[in-house]
Amino acid sequence: MRNPVAPSSSRLTRVLGWSALATLALNTWWGLWLSPPDVVQGQFVRMLYVHPAVATMCYAGFGICALASIAWLWPRLRSPRWDRMAVAGAEVGAVFCLATLVTGSIWGRASWGVWWTWDARLTLTAILFALSLGYLALRRAIDNPHSRALASSMVALLMALTVVVDHYATSWWNTLHQGTTLLQPDPTIHGWQLATMLLSFLAFGLVFAWMLIHRYRLEVLEERYDQEGFSMALEARRAEATGPEATAGSVAPGEVARPPVEVHIR
Amino acid sequence: MWRDALVVAAKDLRIEGRAKVALNQVIPYSLVVLLLFGFAFDQDRPLLVQAAPGLFWLAVLFSGLLAVQRSFAIETADGAVDNLRMSALEPAGVFLGKAAAVALELLVLEALLAGGIVVLFHSKLAGAGLLIASALLSTAGVAASGVAYGALSMGLRVRETLLPLLLAPVLAPVVLAATEAWRAAFGLSGGGSSSEGWRWLGLLACFAAIYLAGGVLSFGALMEET
Repeated sequence: MRNPVAPSSSRLTRVLGWSALATLALNTWWGLWLSPPDVVQGQFVRMLYVHPAVATMCYAGFGICALASIAWLWPRLRSPRWDRMAVAGAEVGAVFCLATLVTGSIWGRASWGVWWTWDARLTLTAILFALSLGYLALRRAIDNPHSRALASSMVALLMALTVVVDHYATSWWNTLHQGTTLLQPDPTIHGWQLATMLLSFLAFGLVFAWMLIHRYRLEVLEERYDQEGFSMALEARRAEATGPEATAGSVAPGEVARPPVEVHIR
Repeated sequence: MWRDALVVAAKDLRIEGRAKVALNQVIPYSLVVLLLFGFAFDQDRPLLVQAAPGLFWLAVLFSGLLAVQRSFAIETADGAVDNLRMSALEPAGVFLGKAAAVALELLVLEALLAGGIVVLFHSKLAGAGLLIASALLSTAGVAASGVAYGALSMGLRVRETLLPLLLAPVLAPVVLAATEAWRAAFGLSGGGSSSEGWRWLGLLACFAAIYLAGGVLSFGALMEET
């Protein structure tokens, strides 16, 4: 029997995790020491090497969630895989959404003098975070996998709509939040600043991928535990009843015997 | 579909007519909420006049949550929803009927609450056309999204707490747009012209249209599952 109590890591995630740590360290070094202070923003410009990348990963998480939900809703593509991908995207997206709000708030305090302002971009991001909490709460509330996937995919589509409006908020409304820096015909950023900003996208992208894969595998293990956990516990009890010498290893009384760890990630 | 919608709306309103839950509980609750807003602003009259449109729509939001909860409580009690599923009624019709019943209850509530802000907050109602148009559109939006999310959380053990969490962020744009429209109608917004208010109606109409369409398309699947 496959053991649900298995780690969610593999060689891929270990490599990914270490390279994420290394690029984050490099990003910190470049961001704090190598890149010069800005003409307009001074030292506060260093938030540029955290906040935009984190916010992009937040969008990426909800984007993956929406695409996976559409794939699940599409009858010909329907597979539990998409549902796992959707929850992984939403949960990692929610973490990055909170990080976006926190880093944005710190930057706002530094450059605008306030922790929060009622700006279209900020308000929409806060609503997006509330929506994602609702999405995750809804998932926890439904036990039947099919109903859960159906209900949550509908909420996911709404979150995707909010992401799109949020992204264009700075160009549609007259907001305090600054507009696009990189994705414009003639970017206003050069040299070390540009290099560090691009590196920050790589660093947080790696962190994002690492978290996403782990969360996906955790979902696989959880499903496996739901299916096989009971029979495993039963087997362990039986083994206990027949005495410690009947089990593979020596197990102390009251402790559950575990078969050797064996990971099969689908 | 339309005939089914009428049947379901009539059923829900008949139940309300007999049980009088909205009348005896939801409406008094919303008036108490208005009173509490008054305490929160320390009965500061100019401030209350300024904030009245926003407070009005917040009160509608809170009461709307209760109206939606009630609308699905009557279906889950005694497994009534199974009868609804087994009846030959079209799901889209059931959705529209339930939304219409909730909307009608909310419109009555809004009329009373408007009287409430005039008496308690000394608001001067003005710009009748804008006022009524925005009230109708936002009520349609609140009822449509409320019924869609109500169906989503219907069969769940935690529905009483989950529904407000799901619905409140969704309704945030409605509260914002309706408040701005009413502020413009009352002449409280910076521009002072009511043409600014009419622009917010576009957002309200979009919201109502999206949720009405979404509800009509998805209600069948939601009813099957929950």
